Amino acid sequence: MHIPDGFINAPVSAAAGAVAIGLTAVAVKRASDELDERRAPLAGLVAAFVFAVQMLNFPVAGGTSGHLLGGVLAAVLVGPWTGAICIALVLLIQGLVFADGGLSALGLNVLNMAFVGGVGGYAVFRAIRGVLPKTKPMVVAASGVAAGISVVMASIAFFIEYWLGGTTEVSLRTVFAAMVGVHTLIGIGEGIITFLTVGAVMAVRPDLVYGGRDLLPALTVTPSGVTTPGGAS
Amino acid sequence: MSTTAPTRDRKNLALFLIGGLLVTLGLAFFVSPLASSSPDGLEKVSIDQGFAGSADDHTVGDGPLADYGVEGVEDEGLSTGLSGIIGVVITFGAAMIVFGLIRVQAERTRRAGGSSTAA
Repeated sequence: MHIPDGFINAPVSAAAGAVAIGLTAVAVKRASDELDERRAPLAGLVAAFVFAVQMLNFPVAGGTSGHLLGGVLAAVLVGPWTGAICIALVLLIQGLVFADGGLSALGLNVLNMAFVGGVGGYAVFRAIRGVLPKTKPMVVAASGVAAGISVVMASIAFFIEYWLGGTTEVSLRTVFAAMVGVHTLIGIGEGIITFLTVGAVMAVRPDLVYGGRDLLPALTVTPSGVTTPGGAS
Repeated sequence: MSTTAPTRDRKNLALFLIGGLLVTLGLAFFVSPLASSSPDGLEKVSIDQGFAGSADDHTVGDGPLADYGVEGVEDEGLSTGLSGIIGVVITFGAAMIVFGLIRVQAERTRRAGGSSTAA
Protein backbone atom coordinates (compact mmCIF):
# COMPACT_ATOMS: atom_id res chain seq x y z
CA MET A 1 0.00 0.00 0.00
CA HIS A 2 2.97 2.30 -0.45
CA ILE A 3 1.86 5.15 -2.70
CA PRO A 4 4.47 6.04 -5.34
CA ASP A 5 5.15 9.57 -6.57
CA GLY A 6 2.66 10.72 -9.17
CA PHE A 7 -0.56 8.98 -8.10
CA ILE A 8 -1.75 11.92 -6.03
CA ASN A 9 -1.26 15.55 -7.06
CA ALA A 10 1.14 17.93 -5.35
CA PRO A 11 -1.38 19.99 -3.32
CA VAL A 12 -2.99 16.94 -1.72
CA SER A 13 0.41 15.31 -1.14
CA ALA A 14 1.71 18.50 0.47
CA ALA A 15 -1.39 18.83 2.65
CA ALA A 16 -1.02 15.23 3.77
CA GLY A 17 2.63 15.94 4.48
CA ALA A 18 1.70 18.87 6.71
CA VAL A 19 -0.89 16.78 8.57
CA ALA A 20 1.60 13.93 8.96
CA ILE A 21 4.24 16.28 10.39
CA GLY A 22 1.72 17.74 12.84
CA LEU A 23 0.57 14.31 13.96
CA THR A 24 4.15 13.11 14.30
CA ALA A 25 4.89 16.04 16.58
CA VAL A 26 1.89 15.03 18.70
CA ALA A 27 3.13 11.43 18.65
CA VAL A 28 6.59 12.42 19.87
CA LYS A 29 5.02 14.30 22.78
CA ARG A 30 2.62 11.49 23.68
CA ALA A 31 5.20 8.75 23.20
CA SER A 32 7.25 10.08 26.08
CA ASP A 33 4.40 9.03 28.39
CA GLU A 34 4.25 5.56 26.86
CA LEU A 35 7.97 4.88 26.82
CA ASP A 36 9.38 3.58 30.05
CA GLU A 37 12.79 2.08 30.56
CA ARG A 38 11.67 -1.26 29.16
CA ARG A 39 9.45 -0.16 26.34
CA ALA A 40 12.03 2.03 24.60
CA PRO A 41 14.23 -0.86 23.43
CA LEU A 42 11.10 -2.88 22.69
CA ALA A 43 9.97 -0.08 20.38
CA GLY A 44 13.25 -0.42 18.49
CA LEU A 45 12.63 -4.12 18.09
CA VAL A 46 9.05 -3.52 16.97
CA ALA A 47 10.17 -1.09 14.25
CA ALA A 48 12.77 -3.57 12.99
CA PHE A 49 10.24 -6.41 13.09
CA VAL A 50 7.69 -4.41 11.10
CA PHE A 51 10.36 -3.60 8.52
CA ALA A 52 11.21 -7.28 8.13
CA VAL A 53 7.64 -8.53 7.98
CA GLN A 54 6.62 -5.83 5.51
CA MET A 55 9.02 -7.54 3.09
CA LEU A 56 7.06 -10.78 3.34
CA ASN A 57 4.35 -10.37 0.73
CA PHE A 58 1.81 -13.15 0.94
CA PRO A 59 -0.41 -14.09 -2.01
CA VAL A 60 -4.08 -13.18 -1.95
CA ALA A 61 -6.60 -13.82 -4.73
CA GLY A 62 -5.87 -13.32 -8.41
CA GLY A 63 -2.19 -12.54 -8.86
CA THR A 64 -2.19 -10.03 -6.03
CA SER A 65 -0.13 -9.98 -2.88
CA GLY A 66 -0.34 -8.15 0.39
CA HIS A 67 1.95 -7.49 3.27
CA LEU A 68 1.69 -6.48 6.89
CA LEU A 69 1.19 -2.79 7.56
CA GLY A 70 1.91 -3.29 11.24
CA GLY A 71 0.13 -0.27 12.68
CA VAL A 72 -2.04 -2.16 15.16
CA LEU A 73 0.69 -4.67 15.89
CA ALA A 74 3.04 -1.86 16.93
CA ALA A 75 0.33 0.08 18.76
CA VAL A 76 -0.76 -2.88 20.88
CA LEU A 77 2.83 -3.79 21.77
CA VAL A 78 4.33 -0.37 22.55
CA GLY A 79 1.44 2.10 22.63
CA PRO A 80 -0.40 3.89 19.80
CA TRP A 81 1.81 6.97 19.56
CA THR A 82 5.10 5.13 19.97
CA GLY A 83 3.80 2.60 17.47
CA ALA A 84 2.96 5.33 14.98
CA ILE A 85 6.53 6.62 15.25
CA CYS A 86 7.79 3.08 14.58
CA ILE A 87 5.70 2.85 11.39
CA ALA A 88 6.66 6.36 10.26
CA LEU A 89 10.35 5.48 10.72
CA VAL A 90 9.95 2.29 8.71
CA LEU A 91 8.25 4.24 5.91
CA LEU A 92 10.97 6.89 5.96
CA ILE A 93 13.73 4.30 5.66
CA GLN A 94 11.86 2.37 2.96
CA GLY A 95 11.38 5.55 0.95
CA LEU A 96 14.92 6.88 1.37
CA VAL A 97 16.91 3.68 1.09
CA PHE A 98 14.80 1.00 -0.60
CA ALA A 99 12.92 3.11 -3.18
CA ASP A 100 9.62 1.87 -1.77
CA GLY A 101 6.95 4.56 -1.47
CA GLY A 102 7.44 7.90 -3.21
CA LEU A 103 9.24 10.63 -1.31
CA SER A 104 6.61 13.20 -2.28
CA ALA A 105 4.01 10.67 -1.08
CA LEU A 106 5.71 10.07 2.27
CA GLY A 107 3.17 12.21 4.10
CA LEU A 108 0.32 10.29 2.50
CA ASN A 109 1.86 6.97 3.41
CA VAL A 110 2.62 8.01 6.99
CA LEU A 111 -0.90 9.37 7.34
CA ASN A 112 -2.51 6.18 6.03
CA MET A 113 -0.37 3.54 7.67
CA ALA A 114 0.98 5.10 10.87
CA PHE A 115 -1.99 7.22 11.89
CA VAL A 116 -5.17 5.97 10.21
CA GLY A 117 -4.03 2.34 10.39
CA GLY A 118 -2.01 2.58 13.60
CA VAL A 119 -3.59 5.14 15.94
CA GLY A 120 -7.03 4.70 14.32
CA GLY A 121 -6.66 0.93 14.43
CA TYR A 122 -5.74 1.15 18.11
CA ALA A 123 -9.03 2.99 18.76
CA VAL A 124 -10.81 0.06 17.11
CA PHE A 125 -8.80 -2.31 19.31
CA ARG A 126 -9.91 -0.38 22.41
CA ALA A 127 -13.53 -0.47 21.27
CA ILE A 128 -13.41 -4.22 20.65
CA ARG A 129 -11.76 -4.83 24.00
CA GLY A 130 -14.52 -2.84 25.62
CA VAL A 131 -17.11 -5.47 24.75
CA LEU A 132 -14.92 -8.48 25.52
CA PRO A 133 -14.00 -10.10 28.82
CA LYS A 134 -10.87 -8.63 30.41
CA THR A 135 -8.51 -11.52 29.76
CA LYS A 136 -5.18 -11.93 28.00
CA PRO A 137 -6.52 -14.14 25.19
CA MET A 138 -9.13 -11.48 24.48
CA VAL A 139 -6.40 -8.84 24.13
CA VAL A 140 -4.74 -11.04 21.53
CA ALA A 141 -8.04 -11.68 19.72
CA ALA A 142 -8.97 -7.99 19.72
CA SER A 143 -5.56 -7.08 18.29
CA GLY A 144 -6.05 -9.50 15.40
CA VAL A 145 -9.55 -8.28 14.52
CA ALA A 146 -8.59 -4.60 14.86
CA ALA A 147 -5.51 -5.18 12.69
CA GLY A 148 -7.68 -6.61 9.93
CA ILE A 149 -10.08 -3.68 10.09
CA SER A 150 -7.19 -1.20 10.15
CA VAL A 151 -6.03 -2.31 6.70
CA VAL A 152 -9.47 -1.54 5.26
CA MET A 153 -9.38 1.83 7.05
CA ALA A 154 -6.01 2.62 5.49
CA SER A 155 -7.31 1.62 2.05
CA ILE A 156 -10.29 3.96 2.49
CA ALA A 157 -7.87 6.73 3.47
CA PHE A 158 -6.06 6.13 0.19
CA PHE A 159 -9.37 6.29 -1.66
CA ILE A 160 -10.22 9.65 -0.11
CA GLU A 161 -6.81 10.98 -1.11
CA TYR A 162 -7.31 9.67 -4.63
CA TRP A 163 -10.75 11.23 -4.75
CA LEU A 164 -9.26 14.58 -3.69
CA GLY A 165 -6.11 14.52 -5.74
CA GLY A 166 -5.87 11.55 -8.08
CA THR A 167 -3.96 12.49 -11.22
CA THR A 168 -5.82 10.15 -13.59
CA GLU A 169 -9.53 10.27 -14.41
CA VAL A 170 -10.91 6.88 -13.43
CA SER A 171 -14.19 5.60 -12.10
CA LEU A 172 -14.05 6.44 -8.41
CA ARG A 173 -16.71 3.92 -7.60
CA THR A 174 -14.74 1.02 -9.04
CA VAL A 175 -11.52 2.24 -7.40
CA PHE A 176 -13.31 2.26 -4.06
CA ALA A 177 -14.77 -1.21 -4.54
CA ALA A 178 -11.46 -2.62 -5.75
CA MET A 179 -9.42 -1.04 -2.93
CA VAL A 180 -11.76 -2.14 -0.17
CA GLY A 181 -12.24 -5.58 -1.72
CA VAL A 182 -8.59 -6.51 -2.03
CA HIS A 183 -7.66 -4.93 1.29
CA THR A 184 -10.33 -6.92 3.07
CA LEU A 185 -8.43 -10.01 1.94
CA ILE A 186 -5.07 -8.52 2.88
CA GLY A 187 -6.63 -7.55 6.22
CA ILE A 188 -7.19 -11.21 6.98
CA GLY A 189 -3.45 -11.79 6.61
CA GLU A 190 -2.73 -8.71 8.72
CA GLY A 191 -5.07 -10.03 11.39
CA ILE A 192 -3.43 -13.45 11.47
CA ILE A 193 0.13 -12.08 11.65
CA THR A 194 -0.87 -9.60 14.37
CA PHE A 195 -2.72 -12.29 16.32
CA LEU A 196 0.30 -14.62 16.20
CA THR A 197 2.84 -11.94 17.09
CA VAL A 198 0.90 -10.35 19.94
CA GLY A 199 0.03 -13.88 21.12
CA ALA A 200 3.70 -14.85 21.19
CA VAL A 201 4.72 -11.77 23.19
CA MET A 202 1.74 -12.25 25.50
CA ALA A 203 2.84 -15.82 26.15
CA VAL A 204 6.44 -14.92 26.95
CA ARG A 205 6.32 -11.40 28.41
CA PRO A 206 2.72 -10.30 29.04
CA ASP A 207 4.07 -7.32 30.98
CA LEU A 208 5.45 -5.88 27.74
CA VAL A 209 2.10 -5.73 25.93
CA TYR A 210 0.96 -2.12 26.19
CA GLY A 211 -2.58 -2.89 25.05
CA GLY A 212 -3.06 -5.34 27.93
CA ARG A 213 -1.31 -3.43 30.69
CA ASP A 214 -4.59 -3.02 32.60
CA LEU A 215 -4.56 -6.77 33.26
CA LEU A 216 -1.28 -6.71 35.15
CA PRO A 217 -1.07 -6.54 38.91
CA ALA A 218 -0.66 -2.90 39.85
CA LEU A 219 2.90 -1.67 39.74
CA THR A 220 4.46 -0.13 42.79
CA VAL A 221 3.97 3.54 42.22
CA THR A 222 5.27 6.24 44.50
CA PRO A 223 2.61 8.24 46.34
CA SER A 224 3.27 11.24 44.11
CA GLY A 225 2.14 9.15 41.20
CA VAL A 226 5.48 9.35 39.45
CA THR A 227 6.44 6.15 37.71
CA THR A 228 9.98 4.82 37.86
CA PRO A 229 12.26 7.75 37.14
CA GLY A 230 13.71 6.65 33.83
CA GLY A 231 17.18 8.06 34.43
CA ALA A 232 17.67 5.56 37.25
CA SER A 233 18.96 2.96 34.81
CA MET B 1 6.08 -8.79 47.34
CA SER B 2 6.54 -7.40 43.86
CA THR B 3 10.13 -6.33 44.34
CA THR B 4 11.40 -7.98 41.19
CA ALA B 5 15.15 -7.98 41.28
CA PRO B 6 15.85 -5.29 38.71
CA THR B 7 19.01 -6.92 37.44
CA ARG B 8 17.21 -10.19 36.74
CA ASP B 9 14.42 -8.36 35.03
CA ARG B 10 16.88 -6.45 32.88
CA LYS B 11 18.64 -9.68 31.95
CA ASN B 12 15.34 -11.27 30.94
CA LEU B 13 14.47 -8.24 28.87
CA ALA B 14 17.85 -8.37 27.17
CA LEU B 15 17.26 -12.03 26.35
CA PHE B 16 13.82 -11.21 24.98
CA LEU B 17 15.24 -8.44 22.81
CA ILE B 18 18.05 -10.62 21.51
CA GLY B 19 15.60 -13.42 20.74
CA GLY B 20 13.26 -10.99 19.02
CA LEU B 21 16.07 -9.54 16.94
CA LEU B 22 17.23 -12.99 15.89
CA VAL B 23 13.72 -13.91 14.78
CA THR B 24 13.49 -10.59 12.92
CA LEU B 25 16.84 -11.09 11.18
CA GLY B 26 15.84 -14.65 10.31
CA LEU B 27 12.61 -13.48 8.71
CA ALA B 28 14.44 -10.76 6.82
CA PHE B 29 17.15 -13.06 5.51
CA PHE B 30 15.61 -16.48 5.07
CA VAL B 31 11.93 -15.79 4.46
CA SER B 32 11.98 -12.58 2.41
CA PRO B 33 13.35 -14.34 -0.71
CA LEU B 34 10.27 -16.58 -0.60
CA ALA B 35 7.82 -13.67 -0.53
CA SER B 36 5.26 -13.31 -3.29
CA SER B 37 6.42 -11.07 -6.10
CA SER B 38 2.90 -10.35 -7.33
CA PRO B 39 1.86 -6.70 -7.22
CA ASP B 40 0.47 -5.67 -3.85
CA GLY B 41 -3.12 -4.56 -3.33
CA LEU B 42 -2.67 -0.90 -4.28
CA GLU B 43 -0.40 -1.73 -7.22
CA LYS B 44 -2.88 -4.26 -8.56
CA VAL B 45 -5.80 -1.86 -8.23
CA SER B 46 -3.81 0.84 -10.05
CA ILE B 47 -3.08 -1.58 -12.90
CA ASP B 48 -6.66 -2.86 -13.15
CA GLN B 49 -8.22 0.59 -12.87
CA GLY B 50 -5.80 2.18 -15.29
CA PHE B 51 -3.84 4.64 -13.17
CA ALA B 52 -0.62 2.66 -12.71
CA GLY B 53 0.96 4.72 -15.49
CA SER B 54 0.76 7.89 -13.43
CA ALA B 55 3.48 6.61 -11.09
CA ASP B 56 6.80 8.39 -11.53
CA ASP B 57 10.15 6.65 -11.29
CA HIS B 58 11.39 6.63 -7.73
CA THR B 59 13.81 9.38 -6.74
CA VAL B 60 16.31 6.85 -5.39
CA GLY B 61 15.32 4.09 -7.82
CA ASP B 62 18.96 3.68 -8.83
CA GLY B 63 20.19 3.50 -5.24
CA PRO B 64 22.38 0.61 -4.10
CA LEU B 65 19.51 -0.99 -2.16
CA ALA B 66 16.60 0.01 -4.38
CA ASP B 67 13.68 -2.42 -4.49
CA TYR B 68 15.11 -4.55 -1.69
CA GLY B 69 18.17 -5.83 -3.49
CA VAL B 70 21.87 -5.22 -2.98
CA GLU B 71 23.50 -3.80 -6.07
CA GLY B 72 26.10 -6.15 -7.47
CA VAL B 73 24.86 -9.30 -5.76
CA GLU B 74 23.89 -11.63 -8.61
CA ASP B 75 21.98 -14.27 -6.65
CA GLU B 76 18.48 -12.85 -6.37
CA GLY B 77 17.56 -14.61 -3.13
CA LEU B 78 20.81 -13.62 -1.46
CA SER B 79 20.44 -10.06 -2.70
CA THR B 80 16.94 -9.80 -1.21
CA GLY B 81 17.98 -11.45 2.03
CA LEU B 82 20.99 -9.21 2.49
CA SER B 83 18.94 -6.10 1.82
CA GLY B 84 16.55 -7.35 4.49
CA ILE B 85 19.36 -7.70 7.03
CA ILE B 86 20.66 -4.22 6.20
CA GLY B 87 17.14 -2.79 6.51
CA VAL B 88 16.57 -4.42 9.88
CA VAL B 89 19.87 -3.09 11.22
CA ILE B 90 19.21 0.44 9.92
CA THR B 91 15.65 0.44 11.27
CA PHE B 92 16.62 -0.90 14.67
CA GLY B 93 19.49 1.57 14.98
CA ALA B 94 17.41 4.54 13.87
CA ALA B 95 14.54 3.61 16.17
CA MET B 96 16.84 3.16 19.18
CA ILE B 97 18.28 6.62 18.57
CA VAL B 98 14.88 8.25 18.08
CA PHE B 99 13.27 6.64 21.12
CA GLY B 100 16.38 7.25 23.20
CA LEU B 101 16.22 10.95 22.35
CA ILE B 102 12.51 11.10 23.15
CA ARG B 103 13.18 9.55 26.54
CA VAL B 104 16.08 11.86 27.31
CA GLN B 105 13.99 14.88 26.37
CA ALA B 106 11.05 13.68 28.46
CA GLU B 107 13.34 13.09 31.42
CA ARG B 108 14.79 16.56 31.10
CA THR B 109 11.34 18.13 30.99
CA ARG B 110 10.27 16.11 34.01
CA ARG B 111 13.32 17.19 36.00
CA ALA B 112 12.85 20.80 35.05
CA GLY B 113 9.58 20.67 36.89
CA GLY B 114 7.09 19.52 34.32
CA SER B 115 6.29 22.03 31.65
CA SER B 116 8.85 24.84 31.42
CA THR B 117 11.65 23.71 29.07
CA ALA B 118 10.35 24.32 25.60
CA ALA B 119 13.73 23.59 24.05
